[in-house]
Amino acid sequence: MEFRELVTTKTKEKFGSDVVDITNFRDDLSIEIKPERLLSFCKFLKEDSELDFAMCVDVTAIDWAKRKNRFTTVYHIYSLTNNFNLRIKSTIEDAKNPEIDSVTSVWKSADWYERETWDMYGIKFKNHPDLRRMYMPETFEYYPLRKDFPVMGIPGSLPLPKKEED
Amino acid sequence: MGLEAKLASDGFLTTKLDAVIAWCRKNSLWPMPMGISCCAIEMMSAVDPKYDMSRFGSEVMRFTPRQCDLIIVAGTVTYKMAHVVRRIYDQMPSPKWVIAMGACTSSGGMYRSYPVVQGIDQFLPVDVYTAGCPPRPENLLNALLELQKKIEGTRARDFQNKPLLDLNLSKN
Ligand code: SF4
Repeated sequence: MEFRELVTTKTKEKFGSDVVDITNFRDDLSIEIKPERLLSFCKFLKEDSELDFAMCVDVTAIDWAKRKNRFTTVYHIYSLTNNFNLRIKSTIEDAKNPEIDSVTSVWKSADWYERETWDMYGIKFKNHPDLRRMYMPETFEYYPLRKDFPVMGIPGSLPLPKKEED
Repeated sequence: MGLEAKLASDGFLTTKLDAVIAWCRKNSLWPMPMGISCCAIEMMSAVDPKYDMSRFGSEVMRFTPRQCDLIIVAGTVTYKMAHVVRRIYDQMPSPKWVIAMGACTSSGGMYRSYPVVQGIDQFLPVDVYTAGCPPRPENLLNALLELQKKIEGTRARDFQNKPLLDLNLSKN
């Protein structure tokens, strides 16, 4: 069996109705899973000896702006033994206070990726060991990569040092 | 030149103290290399033997602001970095000057977006702006010469009633 099929059959077998969608676009396999099962799904992918997805390459998010379920988190993971990239998606239902389980307990490398996603999209990762902002100052109140944030920022939201006139 | 001729004949010359001091100042600017991003590479090459900024007396790059009287801000200044730049500027003893090197520093450049300060003149008194992305080393030398012209015109009274060292660190 091809590895791609192995991933999909094993996923379907184990998670059945919790799998929202499996797409195979241009040889990129992505699996969408319900947010409640995300953590156990990740654990399974990593710990299954055949699949062996040992590496988390990236965590990011999508802001769909006008959809009811506004935020989707995206995880790129990689299996070194099988040389295979897999994408996991998970759509969060609460658009006001988006929250999802942190996968840092599975992949340590997700730590800073999740911090960046929190900084840019305002998605809270539950049980993250140190969820501080990554780039913006801690006092900043907005999330710059959300679609409703203007490119030029919000005047006065980032303080500048004073310039005394001479 | 003129000075040596004087040396051979009278051994003295008459001038104004102000003029002598301004002349000394302009030819011994010690830059603080505030290299924040890519422009800093061109700033480095301005000091190398090919362009040789030491011809104009400014080769002494000091990595502590307390020994500098010129800050060359070379690179993209983000809002977070602005506080650092200002803090370094505040530690320089007066009189002091600022060169804004490159498009980013002068106006935000191609980074027309929320994290980048659209021109460092929002928090620093800039003396000379340098165009280019990055400016060629000649351009930086030109900025230095422009600044020298500016300093040549200064008089002691221009710096009076100014605190010698503005160490207002707690404010920023
Ligand atoms: S002006 Fe150009 S070269 Fe200079 S810091 Fe900005 S992007 Fe880099």
